Amino acid sequence: MSDEAGFFTSKLERVIGWARKYSIFQYPFVTACCGMEYMSVASSHYDMDRFGAGLARFSPRQADVLFVVGTISHKMAPVLRRVYDQMCEPKWVVAFGVCTCTGGFYDNYATVQGIDTILPVDIYIPGCPPRPEAVLDGLMKLQNKIEKQKQIY
Amino acid sequence: MESTSKTAARETKSMLLNMGPSHPAMHGVIRLITELEGEKVIKIDAEIGYLHRAFEKSCEESSWTQVMPYTDRLNYVSPLINNFGYCAAVEKLLAIEITERCKYIRVIMSEVSRITDHLTCIAASAMELGALTAFLYLMKAREYLYEIVEQVTGARLTVSYGRIGGVKADLPAGFDANLRNALKQTERELLEVDKLLTKNRIWIDRTRDVGVLTKENAITYAITGPLARAAGIHYDVRKAFPYFVYDRMDFDVPLGERGDNYDRYLVRMEEMRQSIRIIRQSLKELPGGPIVVDAKGNVMASFDLVDEAKLGHTSGLIDIAGTVEPTLEGTEKRYQQRIAPPDRKVVLPSKEDTYGNIEGLMNHFKLIMDDHGMRPPAGEAYFPVEGANGELGFYVVSDGKDRPYRVRCRPPCFFNMAGLHTMLEGYMVADIIATFGSINMIAGELDR
Repeated sequence: MSDEAGFFTSKLERVIGWARKYSIFQYPFVTACCGMEYMSVASSHYDMDRFGAGLARFSPRQADVLFVVGTISHKMAPVLRRVYDQMCEPKWVVAFGVCTCTGGFYDNYATVQGIDTILPVDIYIPGCPPRPEAVLDGLMKLQNKIEKQKQIY
Repeated sequence: MESTSKTAARETKSMLLNMGPSHPAMHGVIRLITELEGEKVIKIDAEIGYLHRAFEKSCEESSWTQVMPYTDRLNYVSPLINNFGYCAAVEKLLAIEITERCKYIRVIMSEVSRITDHLTCIAASAMELGALTAFLYLMKAREYLYEIVEQVTGARLTVSYGRIGGVKADLPAGFDANLRNALKQTERELLEVDKLLTKNRIWIDRTRDVGVLTKENAITYAITGPLARAAGIHYDVRKAFPYFVYDRMDFDVPLGERGDNYDRYLVRMEEMRQSIRIIRQSLKELPGGPIVVDAKGNVMASFDLVDEAKLGHTSGLIDIAGTVEPTLEGTEKRYQQRIAPPDRKVVLPSKEDTYGNIEGLMNHFKLIMDDHGMRPPAGEAYFPVEGANGELGFYVVSDGKDRPYRVRCRPPCFFNMAGLHTMLEGYMVADIIATFGSINMIAGELDR
């Protein structure tokens, strides 16, 4: 927050940030193994819904957060980019699993070496696949980021 | 169509519809190019390769043992079966016999993996048809089994539990009771889902006589596994070419009659019950005997051993079998002989030997380091196992070096996808989702 912002605007920003933090509509872009852990996190045992992120929207136009779950191959990369472009602002991207973070141990001709080469990433959740606890931790970090950042409205 | 020139403007045109590769109601990345006439699918073409991760090429770049993590990620819903399939192929090449206990462990863990796979398949296909409740129940059941897998292997999903000549570690303490408990819970959830789906009018309407795979087509396209069994083909690798100790197990191969989605669902449900049956039998017969303890009768943790040694209490330490818990549980000396044959050229030494004496360390080094490693004799071997989706085969070729010359995987999904159009053409667009869900395509093993 800049210092010039008035009392009202800064309070409004905080309210918006707080509201956005708990209403994450995510788009799960599930391609590979990490999808299994994503399913675990989303279903009742680990229950992502506790963090207000339970509602997966399968249309990029309705989603706030793009969860890139699983290896992205060069063949898949344009599709991912297109999905990202279709999302409305404000939007965030979570790189779920080490393949999306860096390419992981698929250091070969077929795999994109980290999705941050094709789109901006907000939160990286490493692990192959990450444990559900790690995903929840990443989700909370994302919530923090959403709350603290300058809000577009 | 015969029509007068007045009404010629009403001629119908087929429409091309692209589904995927990121479609909300399809798990797995595949692109279906469908030609529609109204809502009816008249032609379908599947484009694959969206998850090509160069499995086979990567294997040629790594040593024989380093292939293991790649196999985890083939069919990531049942990684243990992939592990054991690859191990068995290499063991066949090396012509080594694994221990009895190891065979039983492999059977038990394979079946646990098969149950998780079928649970996920039914859960996902039910969810895609709107039955979210069934999804949640089945995921709950899968969680019980993942906990067991984690206790045994240390990981929930990508386990790398298989080792050439054995398994990574022996079963942990209390495994028997935990597994029996988890099976009981799973059975309860299965019953719950059975009540929710099997006689559910909506479920039957969506799946009965939809996506029929005929017996002839199943054979033509070399389709195996639950799909072929639902079509009435009695082929199960566990029965046809028994491996490990499946020939000693008493279990049935469920068969369908019509080969439609509903039959596939029933076959999968029954297979899970049969898997539970196999696990219970294996648990009863699991050989092993009591664990060897040190001279005083107590087992010490290895960090305690180090402390003792630092204090100068070194006398007698060499004879004590220390434990290396928790992360390396089951990899100690006293377990090693039960789970792996004493073949130093192939089998990794126990962790105590690796960290505790120079011979063990050298043995480990020789097996693990680049340009050392195990060297199977030049030749080739094919070993099929019954994967969750059908016959999962590994064909390995060695030229006598420390790296595989070729590792070819026969992924069951690939053949299912070849015959995909026979199950989708002639049905409605909405049926694509129901059928595709029941086929259980796993992109990891399809594209490799």
